[in-house]
Amino acid sequence: MNYNWDWGVLFRDPHLGWLFEGIAWTLGVALAAWVIAFSLGCVLGIMRTTTSPILRGIATAYVELFRNIPLLVHFFLWFFVVPELLPREAGMWVKREMPLPSFTTAVVALGLYTASRVCEQVRAGIEAVGRGQRNAGRAMGFTEWQTYRYVLLPVAFRIVIPPLTSEFLTIFKNSSLALTIGVIELTAVTRRIEEYTFQGFEAFTAATVIYSVITLTVITLMRRVERRMELPGMGGKR
Amino acid sequence: MGDFDGDVILRNLPLLWEGMQLTLLLTLLAMVGGIVLGTLLALARLSGFGPLSFVATSYINFFRSLPLILVIFWFYFLVPLALGRPVGGFYSVLIAFTLFEAAYYAEIIRAGIISVGRGQVAAARALGMRYHQVMGDVVLPQAFRAMTPLLLTQGIILFQDTSLVYVVGLRDFLTTAELIASRDGRLVEMFLFVAGTYFVICFLASRGVRVLQRRMAK
Repeated sequence: MNYNWDWGVLFRDPHLGWLFEGIAWTLGVALAAWVIAFSLGCVLGIMRTTTSPILRGIATAYVELFRNIPLLVHFFLWFFVVPELLPREAGMWVKREMPLPSFTTAVVALGLYTASRVCEQVRAGIEAVGRGQRNAGRAMGFTEWQTYRYVLLPVAFRIVIPPLTSEFLTIFKNSSLALTIGVIELTAVTRRIEEYTFQGFEAFTAATVIYSVITLTVITLMRRVERRMELPGMGGKR
Repeated sequence: MGDFDGDVILRNLPLLWEGMQLTLLLTLLAMVGGIVLGTLLALARLSGFGPLSFVATSYINFFRSLPLILVIFWFYFLVPLALGRPVGGFYSVLIAFTLFEAAYYAEIIRAGIISVGRGQVAAARALGMRYHQVMGDVVLPQAFRAMTPLLLTQGIILFQDTSLVYVVGLRDFLTTAELIASRDGRLVEMFLFVAGTYFVICFLASRGVRVLQRRMAK
């Protein structure tokens, strides 16, 4: 195998700057999409456990629709199809004037897709608290909303910290799909360095190390959060 | 939007079917490869031999921390270099998917093995069975039966993930549709068709898995 090693390529202008910009875009897409995924996912997850068949039906339909279509197809739908289906003026605005079109589309697509996954985790968390707690709450004269607010959710949110951590890591990794619609995030940057310099080993190693380090950091951080939030005698490791 | 042209789909059905065949072939091969390698990784991770278990655990955590697209790029670049000659994108991608999915399958299979229960292992050992007999004749058959639904669900995820070969231009179902869409200027029709096709296949498949799961629970 003939290969000319040159690790210096990563630190030469403009490659180092590209790498940092790539990290920034990756984190930007992931965090912005997470805001959508987390808030919408929690609402949907609660809806799927309520007693109202209408709310349950809407949330179930949402989950089925999103998880049975590949994420990349969602990206293409939001980028190419949705602007065409909007009313004329709105479609024009999206295509011509919307700031940062690639970034915005990526955030929306990734956020709405991941919301369906967050929903399932939140639902599982609420179900894990158990029917007894819900019945007890209602027997005490709490309304359904109060049962959620004071009985179910405080425990459920602690239960779902580990699965939601892995969902966040998934969104972080999935943000790499944004490169297909033109966001120059970390993976796209290393691919570009490889194409410009033919130093693929160095470029892809850089991305590999950066992804692993960020993943490890998040896991360590969230373990600490988990321990902080633990309620004595409840919702701990079971 | 008034000029929806369903005809473009019908005209290109043979091409799209070719793409779908590649998608299905890739899914099937990567699934088989991933389960075989995943089983070995799970056994290694659970083995009492420290270094082996450490290597397997590192492999699993390493691949699970990377985006699939990056792994695809890695092998698209690496495989021709290692062999010293260009091979088709299909083989690079197949290797990437197999190695990547193995890490996910390993975790499912590990959970399956653990669920079999220590009593079974102890009983088999007490009967004088050797390691490969304990695993091959007692533990793995029960484990695989218990985790069939999960393995199939992971297969559906893999089926969806194969659409990522788009990034190296391999002509799977999605890439074929995208090529037709840009060639004929029919993005709306093609992408809606692609989304619908994926939805129907995955929805029916996951329904099937659920039925299987219920039947097994009886």
